[in-house]
Amino acid sequence: MRVLLTGAGGMLGRATARALLAEGVALTVLQRRPSGLGCREVLADVADPLAVRQAAAGQHAVLHLAAKVDVVGPWGEYERTNVGGTRAVIAACHDNRVPVLVHVSTPAVAHAGRALVGAGAGPADPSRARGHYARSKALAELLALGADSPELAVLAVRPHLVWGPGDTQLVAPVVHRAGTGRLPLIGSGAALVDTTYVDNAVDALLAALRRCPDVHGQALVVSNGEPRPVAEILSRVCRAAGVPGPRGRVPFPVANAAGAVIETVWTGLGRRSTPPLNRFLAEQLATAHWFDQRHTREVLRWRPRVSLADGFSRLAEHYAAASGHISD
Amino acid sequence: MVSPEWVSTARTGQAQLPPPLPGLDPAWSRIVEVPGADGRPRRWHVLDSAPEASPGQPTLLCLHGNPTWSYLWRRMLPAAPAGWRVVAPDQLGMGYSERLDAPSALADRVRQLGELTAALRITGPVVTLAHDWGGIISLGWALEHREQVRGIVLTNTAVHQPADSRPPALIRLAHLPGVRELVCVRTPVFLRGATALSWPPLHRGVRAAFAAPYAGAARRRAIGEFVADIPFVADHPSHPALQAISTGIAGWQVPALLLWGPRDPVFGEQYLRDLRTRLPLADLHRYPAASHLLPEDASRYAEDVADWLGALDIAGLADQPPPVPRTESAPVWQRLVERAASTPDQTAIAEVGGAGISWAELDRRVRDTAAALVAGGVAPGQRVALLVPPSIELTVALYAGWRAGAVVVVADKGLGLRGMGRALRGAALDHVIGSAQGLAAAAAMRLPGRRWLAGPATGAHRLALGGLGGLVELPAAGTRVVGTRPLPVVAGADPAAVVFTSGATGPAKGVFYLHHQVQAQLRVVREVYRLTEGDRIVAGFAPFALLGPALGVGSAVPAIDVTRPATLTAAALADAVLAIDASVVFASPAALRTVAGTAGSLRPGQRSALGRVRLLMSAGAPVALPLLRQLAALLPAAELHTPYGMTEVLPVTDVSLPELERAGTGDGVCVGRPVAGVEIEIAALDELGQDVGKRSAEPGVVGEICVRAEHAKHRYDALWATERASSRDAGWHRTGDVGQLDADGRLWVQGRRQHLITAAGGLVTPVGLEQRITGVDGIAAAAVVGVGPAGTQQIVAVVVPARSRRGAGSIPGRLAVLGRLPVPSRPLSRRRAVVAGIELADAVRAAVDVPVAAVLVAAALPVDIRHAAKVDRSAVASWAEKVLAGRA
Repeated sequence: MRVLLTGAGGMLGRATARALLAEGVALTVLQRRPSGLGCREVLADVADPLAVRQAAAGQHAVLHLAAKVDVVGPWGEYERTNVGGTRAVIAACHDNRVPVLVHVSTPAVAHAGRALVGAGAGPADPSRARGHYARSKALAELLALGADSPELAVLAVRPHLVWGPGDTQLVAPVVHRAGTGRLPLIGSGAALVDTTYVDNAVDALLAALRRCPDVHGQALVVSNGEPRPVAEILSRVCRAAGVPGPRGRVPFPVANAAGAVIETVWTGLGRRSTPPLNRFLAEQLATAHWFDQRHTREVLRWRPRVSLADGFSRLAEHYAAASGHISD
Repeated sequence: MVSPEWVSTARTGQAQLPPPLPGLDPAWSRIVEVPGADGRPRRWHVLDSAPEASPGQPTLLCLHGNPTWSYLWRRMLPAAPAGWRVVAPDQLGMGYSERLDAPSALADRVRQLGELTAALRITGPVVTLAHDWGGIISLGWALEHREQVRGIVLTNTAVHQPADSRPPALIRLAHLPGVRELVCVRTPVFLRGATALSWPPLHRGVRAAFAAPYAGAARRRAIGEFVADIPFVADHPSHPALQAISTGIAGWQVPALLLWGPRDPVFGEQYLRDLRTRLPLADLHRYPAASHLLPEDASRYAEDVADWLGALDIAGLADQPPPVPRTESAPVWQRLVERAASTPDQTAIAEVGGAGISWAELDRRVRDTAAALVAGGVAPGQRVALLVPPSIELTVALYAGWRAGAVVVVADKGLGLRGMGRALRGAALDHVIGSAQGLAAAAAMRLPGRRWLAGPATGAHRLALGGLGGLVELPAAGTRVVGTRPLPVVAGADPAAVVFTSGATGPAKGVFYLHHQVQAQLRVVREVYRLTEGDRIVAGFAPFALLGPALGVGSAVPAIDVTRPATLTAAALADAVLAIDASVVFASPAALRTVAGTAGSLRPGQRSALGRVRLLMSAGAPVALPLLRQLAALLPAAELHTPYGMTEVLPVTDVSLPELERAGTGDGVCVGRPVAGVEIEIAALDELGQDVGKRSAEPGVVGEICVRAEHAKHRYDALWATERASSRDAGWHRTGDVGQLDADGRLWVQGRRQHLITAAGGLVTPVGLEQRITGVDGIAAAAVVGVGPAGTQQIVAVVVPARSRRGAGSIPGRLAVLGRLPVPSRPLSRRRAVVAGIELADAVRAAVDVPVAAVLVAAALPVDIRHAAKVDRSAVASWAEKVLAGRA
């Protein structure tokens, strides 16, 4: 089986690529910088239709992970990578008669800021999605599922808050801020939040590739199915990394207002670095979002292998090993 | 959205279709042209669930009152049973029906409704459903279509102004001509007021929908005319029509259902009483939270009406429930009479530190008091509330009420004063026997009924209470009543009592017992605990203080407030035991906790008195094993027993301490085996907690506990729908408890059905989990609840930390993670919600075998007043749901 995977630079993309290689898949990866995975590699921008079309030639399936994930920067960049990139991938599939496309999305495409409590995968809604990232991903998912047809089976998979050893998006910033004593809880810290340990997300994507021809044309949220209060998640991440836990509390309205101010200042100054806080983040950290996993598990015939508890142990081992190297 | 066309026609007087409104399916609306008596056609707006129905189809004819319209019935249309057509017109001049040039009187409205049903060719069986002043019109129609009418449903209405009362103040006010024009027509005050009575308030969109057809004074004219047509005075033109209808229905043997919102400021209890006397077959269901607009306030009303219609359909063909074996036995006071003859001078009741009474004296006082009640107008079957604190006076009043043939209504302070008032106001009282304080409370609770004073009272008391009118004093101890009438004969099938559930989860429910059921209960208690004349009981729990005479066993009441059982110390208990040389102790778990805790202060004499007790029975709530073991040490000769049961049937099972030790730990609380005469089966549940329709005594099946016994309740009082649900397995009582039987025939209780957790992994019951979590070092109490949608709920443990030396409520150090956790001062405060630290969360998760999503810390759990033991998990769940949704 020949598979094209876009976006092997990130934690999830890299881990998925490794798992596909381990299964003996003839893998091609496409991203801007060398991945070091030792498989066939196309170095290109995912929004470059020509490069993507060439990479997709002769593939049995495309697994589209490449995306711009951030909270700053102008809309144009998000639109180009996330919407334009998906458009290029769809076109490449059509042009090469690739029969299967698994589009990796995010639950944020259907999140309008309200608490999500045992929610299903609602339809992507660009008009109500919060922030450039979520809105561009919502448009991308609509494009992808709109391309679903008897010739091209499309499945959108939305892993929620993927984390694990080596994660730079979620774990590293938390650990960094906690290490400098600047990790407060936003709101009560009690918001119940689903997360996904990276190995489980990988398994789910592999399952999606297998099951896509039979169950295509829908979006599925993927998570560990073990929601926890935000305060507990942060405490466990910090404990695994050997740094002190969250300290202090910022009431949600204060954090939300501060987020708004910071966004304005960051945009006004044209800064590209990630700001310490924005409204999207404040909301994510203070509002419940956990999901009904029954349908996803049934459709994908998949269950998480690594429990949250095991995941935190692995994270702790990772940090212990890393600090061991430093002291050597 | 309101279309421009609609706006333009809304100002005219023509019938029209309503605009889109919340909950109203446009497909139901139609305009019907009806030839009128004057030859002029009238156009009606009608909601009709089956316009194509055949004329013979059963029809539910719904009629609104003033100032509403058929929108009131929108939930009834989709809820009606299959095969039923629902027709709900807007009366002429109202809603979206045509505006008339002249006012319609009551007789006109009845005639107009008849013209409409003729035009709609409703010729088959009909049940009427009406609200407010629609009630009298629907009854007028019903009387003219008797052959078609299969049933009558009325909600918050009146057909007659009882002579001893005045019309509702609000209506009286609206009746003043200048006021009426101003509040009903020129301004929408009356219109808006009608939808403002509900609490919690109706949704804005719903209120707007009620007002939608009445924009502008011209469209409101009929509202004022309708008010003007209420015939308060005998010379009102509509008075004869009202009289004809209200007398016409009197005694009509037609099935009827009265749905009542007791918070209605317009139609109070006197109208309900009047309706019940006129419609002898009426079932009654009271919705405690509902006000005037009952179809809005009682969310279940449509389902309940549908259930009632369903039951009507099969009337006559229904399988009669297999009768529970019934044993005729002596009246409940038989043993009292026997002891008065055989051991007249022995002590029947001793009040420690107070008076006592012999069997002969008790018997005589009961008969004298009963005679006084009969002489004073207490008739068999009338309801007598007892507002006397537990005492000899209460015992006398209880047995006297029974001997007078009355139904005694017993509400205890354990309901809280508000709950007690609500319960008693709904109990259709004819008489109130009270102490001076009790009668003052009765006045404060606005209870109806003749007042009877029991026990001592000062002149000032008498003056104050006498001012309420017609106060009668019961004969005091030592006075003899002479020349009395004979007491009525009371049979086993006669009604005996209404008692109330604890109200731990919602308003207290009245439970109605017949005499043979009370007799059966006494027989079971005597047999299970092998009570004989040689026994003497100490009753540390109010209800048992009353049972002694009926059991034929002498009793003593400790020198404490028996309504506050936790005040019972070991010394007080021992003194009560000493006072009558007691062999048996009945007490509540709350009392026993205090007894065990104060055992250190016992003198040797007290200790040895306790050592002679042969039986200790604890009832009311489960007792933890360690406490039972402590008590076993304190009362070395006593067998320790705990029955399981509920207000609706008690006892169901019984378990002794050795049996509990043998049973070991399991999922839930082991409550032992069914007592003689009780059958238990389990109604199996699916993973969503729904009935699968299979009831059995098979071990290992988790489901709702169903009980069959002669001493089970006759029915719930004034709760037709609740009764129907609880007795839907003919002959069986559904307890609402969930549990299972084990292979040895023991019953394990795992929680309340409404507290089941429907997790993605299947059904989860809370009690066993809570037991294991409470076993974690540093945790004093726990509640396990589910949050999220049914079928995919997450399990949440709410724990109360044990009080440590570092101050009330702080978490023991070894469990604290984020430093010293602040613990909310009020139970379940949302602002100070605390997520357990990692160690505490890990300890809780390690104690159970189900996935726990969150561990929250609370200062205390909400419990019922009566037992201070039943955790209101519904309240905990809704709190956890809010907390875990985040923010703040």
